[in-house]
Amino acid sequence: MSSATLGVPRRPLDKTRRSDRAGGVFAGVSGLAAGIIVLMVAVIVGNIVWFGWDTVTWDFLTKAPSHGMTAGGIFPAIFGTVALVLLMVVALIPFGVGAAIYLHEYASPEGRFTKAVRFAVNNLAGVPSIVFGLFGLGFFIQFVGRGLDRAIGADVLWGQPALLWAALTLALLNLPVVIVTTEEALRAVPRSMREASLALGATRWQTVRHVLLPQALPGILTGAILSVSRGAGEVAPIMFTGAAYFLPYLPTSPTDQFMELGYHIFVLATQSPDVDATRPLLYGTVLVLLLLTFALNLAAVVIRGRLRARLLGRS
Amino acid sequence: MRRSTEPPPAASGGVLATNPIERTAVPARGALRDRVDDLGRRRVQELFSTWALRLCAFSAVAGLLLIMVFVFREALPIVFDPEIRAEAGLASFFSTHVWQPVSGVPKYGIVPLLVGTLKVVAVAMAFAVPISVLAALYASEFASERFREILKPAIEMLAGIPSVVLGFFALIVMASWLQALTGSATRLNALNAGIALGLAIVPTIFSVCEDALRAVPRSYREASLALGASRWQTAWNVTLPAASAGVAAGILLGLARGVGETMIVLMASGNAALVSASVLDSVRTISATIAAELAEVVFGSAHYSVLFFLGAVLFSITFMINVAAGMFVDRLRRRLGGA
Repeated sequence: MSSATLGVPRRPLDKTRRSDRAGGVFAGVSGLAAGIIVLMVAVIVGNIVWFGWDTVTWDFLTKAPSHGMTAGGIFPAIFGTVALVLLMVVALIPFGVGAAIYLHEYASPEGRFTKAVRFAVNNLAGVPSIVFGLFGLGFFIQFVGRGLDRAIGADVLWGQPALLWAALTLALLNLPVVIVTTEEALRAVPRSMREASLALGATRWQTVRHVLLPQALPGILTGAILSVSRGAGEVAPIMFTGAAYFLPYLPTSPTDQFMELGYHIFVLATQSPDVDATRPLLYGTVLVLLLLTFALNLAAVVIRGRLRARLLGRS
Repeated sequence: MRRSTEPPPAASGGVLATNPIERTAVPARGALRDRVDDLGRRRVQELFSTWALRLCAFSAVAGLLLIMVFVFREALPIVFDPEIRAEAGLASFFSTHVWQPVSGVPKYGIVPLLVGTLKVVAVAMAFAVPISVLAALYASEFASERFREILKPAIEMLAGIPSVVLGFFALIVMASWLQALTGSATRLNALNAGIALGLAIVPTIFSVCEDALRAVPRSYREASLALGASRWQTAWNVTLPAASAGVAAGILLGLARGVGETMIVLMASGNAALVSASVLDSVRTISATIAAELAEVVFGSAHYSVLFFLGAVLFSITFMINVAAGMFVDRLRRRLGGA
């Protein structure tokens, strides 16, 4: 630093100070915006925990609704949600992981096919969830389901809302989530590992199967967990494809309808004959769904954090 | 590989068989055949796996195409089926301002639905855009490490709250607070739904904006500060403009999410199909209309086709917004590509 830069003229410095004061106000306003977001999240979560806490008992989690859904528990909804997301993950993971492997390991980044797939993934992520519901009804139930019924000569077996169709609709909805997280995991596998495997004479598929997949497993797991968390909370896509207001039995086959936590919240909140009697149940159900999604998201964040640390540690 | 090019051993390995060392050095005929078979198997496996993976990648394209085809297909009768066209043709959507699909003479005026969607989304954007962009600016330029460690998890939590839970909160709790505050005649109105919807899109706008702001190279800020600009001047006049394409992308992605979001508006807006300018009136949006009416509709009826038409409209609007957002992301990547 020369003495010339140290001898800063007085006027610009004063100006800077004044603008700093105004700037301080603006920075304060932007800080306030951030504070408002934190506050609102705290109010929402706090309100739900405060009013829902007492309702969530062992009985609440393990009993079926009774007295026209003004008493009892939410076990069928929990069971239905678990069945739904399990079926969804089974359908989703092979396609999502396969697509990510192809995009990251096989396809040329500038190829027309790659660009088309990336365009589709980006835009699939932006399709409104209610449109997925329409699609599930129009494609899976009316087209595939009715088609199957005609083919096997059944009366109405597949061509109606069912667990399977809701799960497949959700699988398509979550396809971008799994593709993006798996690709992120593949990026974290160092190039040298692929080169070592190929240099030992392994084929590309053997490299994928024995080197890349084990390495990318945490990332795939993250994608699966995130899709489950999102799938458990989505209501619009399953409203017409399989979810039921109330069922006296648990779903045992993929063609059965099912109860679901998110849809149960919607039903309790908007269709209840006795609002005051339902309110504790409603809060309890909301709290259970919220805890479920938060726990899943937290698990995903932890796994992803480890993955990122490994990626940073290497480069 | 080299072994397989060696000449095969003598047919009758009489002498060789007596010498254990020789036997292991030169493979017997059966082993060689195995090796050749193995190469073939590997080649078949390679070919098969490549095509299987390509098929998986294609499933994303196929999914998007199927969505387009099947949503539009079910909407087509309003143009091509003479009976349905008479009841609910394209012209009838604008000839009446009444949405009354279930009545003696059904009326399918979609103007109230468009107005309702516009009102709710306008409130949501007016609430979410300033708050998310400013918060992102604060998080990337000013916030202490400690505050960031509160803000980021809070945003992630907000992103993780299912929309049906936000809808529940707006319906049961927030509506009463807002009514006490504004003195509105109806508890459930565009303001209530709009704020809840705004909460749902805050994480989208915030995270895209923050990523873009963080991608601005350090040298930009250092140059500005070295010229004597204050931190705020640097943030507002240098960093934010450099990331403007990312901010635009974030706002557009938020907008697309807002237009398509269903459960929140279905639960919190009151669902009365009115045409008015006030945000304190109850409204019915396109997405909520589909959600509320599709379950009871008769398959193949005019009403059924109209609902799919509304879905096609929703798909087209959000698709165009998303494509535009993608273009902004590309521009940002080109501009800050070296960073």
